[in-house]
Amino acid sequence: MATDVHLAPPTAAPARTARSSSRTARAPRARLGILGWLVRIVLAVVFSFPLLFMFVSSLKPDAQIFGDLASLAAFLPVGNISLDNYAAVFDRVPAARFLINSVGVSVVTVALGIVINSLAAFALSRMRVPGKGLILTVIIATLIIPFETLALPLVWWVNQLPSLSVDEFGVAFTRGWLDTYQVQIVPFIVNAFAIYLFHQYFESIPKELDEAARMDGAGWFRIYRKVVMPLSGPAIATVAILTFLPAWNSYLWPLMVIQTEELRPVMVGIQYFYQLNVSWGEIMAYSTMITLPVIALFIAFQRSFINSIASTGVKG
Amino acid sequence: MTTSTQGPSIIPLEGVAIAKLPGPVGRKKPNRSYRHEQRSGLAMLAPAIVLLILFILIPAGLAFGLAFTNARLISPYPATFAGLDNFVRLFQDASFGRALLNVAYFAIVVVPLQAGLALVMALLINTRIRGTTFFRTIYFLPVVTSMVVVSLLWVFLYREDGLLNVLLSKATFGLVTGPDWLGETATAMPAIILMSVWQGVGFHMIIWLSGLQTISAELYEAADIDGVSRWQKFRYITWPGLRATRSLILVTITIAALSLFTQVSVMTQGGPLDSTTTVVYQAVESGFRQQETSYASAISLVFFVIVLIISAIQRLLTREKV
Repeated sequence: MATDVHLAPPTAAPARTARSSSRTARAPRARLGILGWLVRIVLAVVFSFPLLFMFVSSLKPDAQIFGDLASLAAFLPVGNISLDNYAAVFDRVPAARFLINSVGVSVVTVALGIVINSLAAFALSRMRVPGKGLILTVIIATLIIPFETLALPLVWWVNQLPSLSVDEFGVAFTRGWLDTYQVQIVPFIVNAFAIYLFHQYFESIPKELDEAARMDGAGWFRIYRKVVMPLSGPAIATVAILTFLPAWNSYLWPLMVIQTEELRPVMVGIQYFYQLNVSWGEIMAYSTMITLPVIALFIAFQRSFINSIASTGVKG
Repeated sequence: MTTSTQGPSIIPLEGVAIAKLPGPVGRKKPNRSYRHEQRSGLAMLAPAIVLLILFILIPAGLAFGLAFTNARLISPYPATFAGLDNFVRLFQDASFGRALLNVAYFAIVVVPLQAGLALVMALLINTRIRGTTFFRTIYFLPVVTSMVVVSLLWVFLYREDGLLNVLLSKATFGLVTGPDWLGETATAMPAIILMSVWQGVGFHMIIWLSGLQTISAELYEAADIDGVSRWQKFRYITWPGLRATRSLILVTITIAALSLFTQVSVMTQGGPLDSTTTVVYQAVESGFRQQETSYASAISLVFFVIVLIISAIQRLLTREKV
């Protein structure tokens, strides 16, 4: 499985991309005719204008949003521009709380996921562990289970799990994880695809390096921390992005397991806006608030984002 | 799969010598160091394995187990065995039949549409022309935007007095008056399809692109020398070169399409008249809103079997055409 990447230098990520791939991977130097350019531009309009409309409308009062529809003004920040909708969003919902919740849940999920999945992949790639062939097979086999098939039984299951609670009477065991932060984090830490990606990547790091470190008396954990992980930047970035996006965007799961307002993430918070007295300006403002950070991250780390998506297409 | 260095063994003897190198060092206490390695390895694997068992394997097993009981999400009574009751009810449930049909409809349209458009876009940006990164970034923007946000945005675009209808009427000089897209049984599903493709196509564009870039440029250069037409290059070099990517894209879009939920939950709640209800939506409705965990598990189980069968068939079909 993927022995061709085995001897590659550690900088060659398993994911190939437009820029990093070598000359064999270059596209033919195509001449794009007028038609080609036209199609490109039309597609760019199709993909960007709805989002542009969202950003721009977040600055306008409702009457003007509808009024501008018939002209190009719908896509331009003109007319009665203000941040009123944003102020109204914070009045209507605890938006800051939702944002903090989502940032916290995503960051903790991603951070723990990187540590736990890479540790497992390290052991599977580098160490003699009984039954590791079977373990890797089971992990990869779980990839075909869509989360949607697990979600409903999982709701019942997390409601049976014991939980530690601390109150004025001391520490006690309670039953059920519903309505907690941990229920939004713990089930999503282990990620079969992340283990697979780390494993592929670790296989491309020469094992002579750990042997040399072991000669110097380094233990396994030290090799993991000081030799393998520092060389695995691209794999870490890929896993971080691939686990961050679903964590930030999660909707189905928190919808089912969170009732308390203070624990809600941003995507569930959106419900407040389209249920009673709909204000489209506020919807656009809230949508912009929870979308712009991700788009900013994407534009800042564009190469890594594209790499990580491309890596989902890599097969053994 | 082995832990040896796997260097290219030029001369067998040398290979043996290399393999034995660490021997003298570890010879004195091979057992102790091996046991230590096993223990550390298991310790490093343990957190992942525990979580995998708790949150993937057990729920998967529960989907099987609970489907044959009468378990409820919150109930004072312990669940009891109910045999095939849930499945009997499921196959008599008209809404579930409707959900299966809707999901099939969605998948049959979305899979070729999204895969095809994504391939066209990948071909368009797989060039060295200036501005390619810019276009790639733009096409990819909807992918990093949450489906919840996209759905809500499109609810506005699809309104009877929304952007889409205004544009339609402008473009046809007032001849066409668009419908209330999400409010009518005939147009609700096509509207969801269009929006879903818009959101997801950039993702598969990148996957096609990574497939395109594994095709050797020399093949195209050779074809250029022979004066081969563009279409022939695509037909005889590009298309065969994308075989592995093709089957992967087919399977991933199909599974995602069958799992349709978020769009429906935000945009139509399954309506109008069940015209957009889906299998996962039904599972969530019964398992969460009505707290009937057992019935929802039965739906999940049937859904999983369908996913398995369809991806097995697709694999078989794409494997045979070597």
